[in-house]
Amino acid sequence: MTATPNGFNLDTSGRRIVVDPVTRIEGHMRCEVNVDEGNVIRNAVSTGTMWRGLEVILKGRDPRDAWAFTERICGVCTGTHALTSVRAVEDALGITIPDNANSIRNIMQLNLQIHDHVVHFYHLHALDWVNPINALRADPKATSELQQAVSPSHPLSSPGYFRDVQNRLKKFVESGQLGLFKNGYWDNPAYLLPPEADLMATTHYLEALDLQKEIVKVHTIFGGKNPHPNWLVGGVPCPINIDGVGAVGAINMERLNMVSSIIDLCNTFNRNVYIPDVIAIGGFYKNWLYGGGLSGQAVLAYGDIPEHPNNFDAGQLHLPRGAIINGNLNEVHDVDPRDPEQVQEFVDHSWYTYAEPGKGLHPWDGVTEPRYELGPKAKGTRTNIEELDESAKYSWIKAPRWRGHAMEVGPLARYVVGYAKGHEDIKNQVDGLLRTMNLPVSALFSTLGRTAARALESEYCGRLQKYFFDKLVTNIKNGDQSTANVEKWDPKTWPKEAKGVGMTEAPRGALGHWIRIKDGRIDNYQCVVPTTWNGSPRDTKGNIGAFEASLMNTYMERPDEPVEILRTLHSFDPCLACSTHVMSPDGDTLTTVKVR
Amino acid sequence: MPATEPSSILVLGIGNVLWADEGFGVRCVEALASAVALPERVRLLDGGTQGLYLLPFLEEADALLVFDAIDYGLEPGTLKLVRDDEVPAFMGARKMSLHQTGFQDVIATAQLLGRCPHKLTLIGCQPVELEDYGGGLRPQVAEAIPGALDLARAELAAWGVEIAAGRSAADLADPSIRRTAYEQGRPSAEEACRTGDARFFPGSL
Repeated sequence: MTATPNGFNLDTSGRRIVVDPVTRIEGHMRCEVNVDEGNVIRNAVSTGTMWRGLEVILKGRDPRDAWAFTERICGVCTGTHALTSVRAVEDALGITIPDNANSIRNIMQLNLQIHDHVVHFYHLHALDWVNPINALRADPKATSELQQAVSPSHPLSSPGYFRDVQNRLKKFVESGQLGLFKNGYWDNPAYLLPPEADLMATTHYLEALDLQKEIVKVHTIFGGKNPHPNWLVGGVPCPINIDGVGAVGAINMERLNMVSSIIDLCNTFNRNVYIPDVIAIGGFYKNWLYGGGLSGQAVLAYGDIPEHPNNFDAGQLHLPRGAIINGNLNEVHDVDPRDPEQVQEFVDHSWYTYAEPGKGLHPWDGVTEPRYELGPKAKGTRTNIEELDESAKYSWIKAPRWRGHAMEVGPLARYVVGYAKGHEDIKNQVDGLLRTMNLPVSALFSTLGRTAARALESEYCGRLQKYFFDKLVTNIKNGDQSTANVEKWDPKTWPKEAKGVGMTEAPRGALGHWIRIKDGRIDNYQCVVPTTWNGSPRDTKGNIGAFEASLMNTYMERPDEPVEILRTLHSFDPCLACSTHVMSPDGDTLTTVKVR
Repeated sequence: MPATEPSSILVLGIGNVLWADEGFGVRCVEALASAVALPERVRLLDGGTQGLYLLPFLEEADALLVFDAIDYGLEPGTLKLVRDDEVPAFMGARKMSLHQTGFQDVIATAQLLGRCPHKLTLIGCQPVELEDYGGGLRPQVAEAIPGALDLARAELAAWGVEIAAGRSAADLADPSIRRTAYEQGRPSAEEACRTGDARFFPGSL
């Protein structure tokens, strides 16, 4: 047994279970755990198996184009990466964007949060809790009664409606054509919902599909196109012509009205469907409070949604910034991503090497030099690892630390920071939810807490979206139609050397881009992405990362069916496909679960 | 127009341009947009790796033509065209329940909603190299683009589309990452290291 400095007792004596991949994060993510004779996880190892190398792509490019590259890193966080990138360049060059651009960027970022949270809950995470096959056994009339009890204001609740959905689902499942609900562990006793709740949630899965298509239209309106909306260093690329009619590209009243109606749709869905579902589904899993990991002791948020353009003072951000360490919720530290002592990346357990072992490097001084070697206890070969040796190097993810601490980032981290700081909206939401569910604050530090925080945040972001929409319209009506500041567009106006940092709260957590510019070109570019924080391996001192911590002491019903592992890891919303690799139809399986 | 001719067609390139031959699909759409003039009912789209974001575009279409890099187990650079029921099987890896939205899932979701295009055609190219982050198309794959466009023209013609020489409006990538700018602006291997995980960079062993 080994005790880690961050308070976990690791025991590697039990059976080893390998789940590969859990999902794709900048490549793949794999986890290995040891379970004891009672099927409780006593050691957890999380690894990313794809090399990170954005610096390779961006070196020597025009800093004003970096957003277009970073937008392609990931299939999910496109807009957030682009926003972080333009912020980093603006920070380096001292550019302040117009008020309208700040409001529009905030609306786009909030819109992306809501989209991501809704899609994550219904389409990527719900099936860890909801069993769509069981929904086929539901009584539509009882489902209708459940729906009306759970959310009286939601109009789609008749027995006939649920019967139709059930029939559609039945036809779909019987056609056997599809992958959507394939490979689930549908007879696993970890699934606890009655058929009616399964039918209700599966129905909302379909409703959310329709909603998400509407949500993204905001990106088409402000970004000119979607997918891959346009971004601009110095502002936003959409001109405003408020009296224009049907003009190509320009924002006019007609388009703003469309944005307004989409914001209303989001708010209605959050209020009538998303939050009631989390409460209803969560109610059946109230005793499944595993998965807290680092959330009660070490969390980090950079904060986001600035009230004023390019002003990232903690007091000016609607999504809170701060760091909590050692479980002391009474003290929230401010975070400065420029400070070389705060954010540092370590590589002692990562497949990289630094000139000085054991030392952490600030991203501005980041070095990405690969050193691929397996530890002596690893099993398999260099090209086919059967079992990792976590006492040596074992991941392509670096280990970022805040003042040496492993941190959790993401919606729960933001909500813990906000709650600890007494952020009024967040505190009211959290207290209200806990009261409704009759749960203590400590229940927040769990897999379900993470999932609930995401839902609350979606609701809060919806309100903020409305706030910035009104602010934008007021400003335009007062005669300000400016959306871009191009004073420093020309590289001739730039200093010979400059460095900057861009921060956002991506849906899955704190995201930072650090840039160095030299002679008008990118000299170094480092992204520390949320999944790097959460999925980090051990560090020099032996602290385990957030994924690893969250799996500790979880009971598994059937170790060869890792529902519980997936449930907890998915609750972090780890980044998805960064490249859509394709397989032959008889296909090599990418998914394996091995019990050794 | 005969009843079998689709009234709305989506031509989609998918894949991640940052991963060498993964960019095949997106580059085909770029090439098609600058080679032919297509009527308004044909929409050209760079879909990237956008998963569910692409759903609304599918739902609006009666027919879907997709370009993608596909591992058919054929000689690198070989083109293969499959249609309709065969398409989903060729796209997207097997997965652990619904946690990775590959394009296969997007098609399945459109089917679940009962709003999937009636006609599906996939023009795939066997890649040479997928694991070179920051790299461009390998020569065999780049040389396959004209053939892929010929297949696309024939397919579109069969769907009753009139094709003229010229250019088409399309939702394409930002100019900084279109093929020429992207591939020519790459830093040298000396400036920016390209080796990595042996599982994905077997050449580096």
